[in-house]
Amino acid sequence: MSKAIEVLHLSKLYRLGSIGTGHLSHDFQRWVAKVRGKEDPYMVIGKQNNREAGGKNDVVYSLNDINFSINQGDSVGIIGRNGAGKSTLLKVLSRITSPTSGSVKVRGRVASLLEVGTGFHPELSGRENIFLNGSILGMRRHEINAKLDEIIEFSGVERYIDTPVKRYSSGMYVRLAFAVAAHLEPEILIVDEVLAVGDAEFQKKCLGKMNQVSTNEGRTVLFVSHNLTAVESLCNQGIYLDMGRLVMQAYTADVVKEYVSRDLSAKRMIRSTAERAIGNEHITIVEAAVENGSSENPSDILDIGSDINLKLTVINHTKEEYLSAGFDLKTAKEDVVFGSGSKIYCPIGIPTVHTCTIPGNFLNDDLYQLDIYFHTQGMSKLYAQRNMLSFEVKDQARANGFLGKINGMIRPMLKWS
Amino acid sequence: MSANVESQEQWDVVIEPDYPLFNLRLREVWNYRDLLWILVFRNFVAQYKQTLLGPVWFFIQPMLTTLTFMVIFGAIAQIPTGGIPQPLFYLSGVVIWTYFSDCLVKTSTVFKDNAGVFGKVYFPRLIIPLSIIVSNLIKFALQSVLFLFVLLYYVYFRSDVFQLHTTSFLFMLPVFLLLMALLGLSLGMIISSLTTKYRDLAFLVAFGVQLLMYATPVVYPLDSERVRNLAGNFLQWNPLAPIFEGVRKGLFGTGFFEWWYFGYAVVVTVVLMFVAIIVFNKVERNFIDTV
Repeated sequence: MSKAIEVLHLSKLYRLGSIGTGHLSHDFQRWVAKVRGKEDPYMVIGKQNNREAGGKNDVVYSLNDINFSINQGDSVGIIGRNGAGKSTLLKVLSRITSPTSGSVKVRGRVASLLEVGTGFHPELSGRENIFLNGSILGMRRHEINAKLDEIIEFSGVERYIDTPVKRYSSGMYVRLAFAVAAHLEPEILIVDEVLAVGDAEFQKKCLGKMNQVSTNEGRTVLFVSHNLTAVESLCNQGIYLDMGRLVMQAYTADVVKEYVSRDLSAKRMIRSTAERAIGNEHITIVEAAVENGSSENPSDILDIGSDINLKLTVINHTKEEYLSAGFDLKTAKEDVVFGSGSKIYCPIGIPTVHTCTIPGNFLNDDLYQLDIYFHTQGMSKLYAQRNMLSFEVKDQARANGFLGKINGMIRPMLKWS
Repeated sequence: MSANVESQEQWDVVIEPDYPLFNLRLREVWNYRDLLWILVFRNFVAQYKQTLLGPVWFFIQPMLTTLTFMVIFGAIAQIPTGGIPQPLFYLSGVVIWTYFSDCLVKTSTVFKDNAGVFGKVYFPRLIIPLSIIVSNLIKFALQSVLFLFVLLYYVYFRSDVFQLHTTSFLFMLPVFLLLMALLGLSLGMIISSLTTKYRDLAFLVAFGVQLLMYATPVVYPLDSERVRNLAGNFLQWNPLAPIFEGVRKGLFGTGFFEWWYFGYAVVVTVVLMFVAIIVFNKVERNFIDTV
């Protein structure tokens, strides 16, 4: 099988901080060093890109010596934490920014969808925007003409096709934009999390279309998403990036497994410290923890049978005493299992504790993570944190060979008679 | 990684940090020519959407400017126009100047204005400045029609104050236009490239273009006694001067045009163009990291 993409020793460097008056002198020093044939004083090789560590150097490697190749017809999922370098990799592959060192070789026409509706002009009609957006994405005029009817039909906005898109609802806008993108015919398609938009039905349609592109039409697809389920169902190959380095490239299932086991080491408790408070000007999270709430068996392990308490200790800095708090409980693959929320009484300025109990014998033997958010009573957003906590539920009985793992996101104890 | 047979094969695109200085990848630009036309279309349609008069504004703008110049430079400052009726003199100057300054001002914000699109999708960045040049050329053509009507009015109804003396210089008009386009494009590209990282220059543009207009024989003829007394030969070193004077010589038979200065203008343009290509090529690859 021939290669579609070959990446050799690819690195990309970013300078942190804002650009201001001081930078001209830095630029000058770098230029002098370059002219004298010396190493750039502001690029120290080997710095890791770890946004939590905080270093002295204000230059980081967003990509650090990446090597891989992709065969024609493969669909490859790129996974990793936020800031692992996924988007930078896509940007380099789609020629939006150039690498600092290394090379990328590509065979075939590349179309990148880092966003849907790039270049849409609000004053132009839907039809005109199809041509504009299509041309920007690299389609020729005759190609667009040939597919115009198909695109309009796929978008489902026929009635408004001659209306300026500024009058469109946001849903219609996205539909039209994706319809154009879906009818691109490149040899290589690069997709960033564009599927995060639109309603569920439309997302399904998009995923279906992408699947069709990679399996039936034999094109190469590169796909970045936080939704591991989508990655698993769409891609046969996976690439796992962490802190700018390539951790592994293998079959998707293996890569996802490795990622989940490495990245979701349970983070059952977080606490504000003197240096670093969690929260914002509205809310301070003093402590957030997932605890074993079972009275009979108060051990450290969250056994499948024990109640689980989500305990939030917060300080309210708003002017309202009643707030609403909530969470989404998700699987390791980012699929939401359920959400829950409630009105909480939060006297202003003093720490208050709020607990939600998830009953035992309800969750499965698995890793879960929690998105936590706070709203006012009027539902305006105060604070939200994605994946604030994560925890593992263990079926301890299984260790005795009592039961295997049962399929599903949850495992409620149901009555059998 | 071993050098296998595969890597000897032909790749379509090779992305590397090093790049040839002068390569504008014109073949790629040619592949995207449909985008050029749709951008030109967009520039026109978007500009006058939701206006009552629509494209009529293309004619109102130069007419109003001409009227203003007639009052300020003609009636108040009483700057002579070399024996040419003021409306004709100012209108020709305004139309040509608008072409140049629009090319310059609009290209000078290419990177900043298109950061959103450039950050999400690749296409030859040169397409955008080219679309600006083409849009302005069409606008120039429309405004030239207006000028033609005014000229015909003077030829047929006001032969008491104006006689047409077109000369063969008129055939140079395409060359003059090309030169101005390249000059505006090059300056605009240089400014645009420099402002991606340091925005300071952007403040200078609007102001600088205004000043440049006064240093160019737009509202006065170069070859008049008052100008010579005031500035000597200094203004002839403005590469735009031979262009304006050349157009005037073609249209009215008056005007100060020497091939030597014209050659100088060509050299300046070519040098600026090479600088622009180098700078634009360098910036285009990474500007999204600093914009």
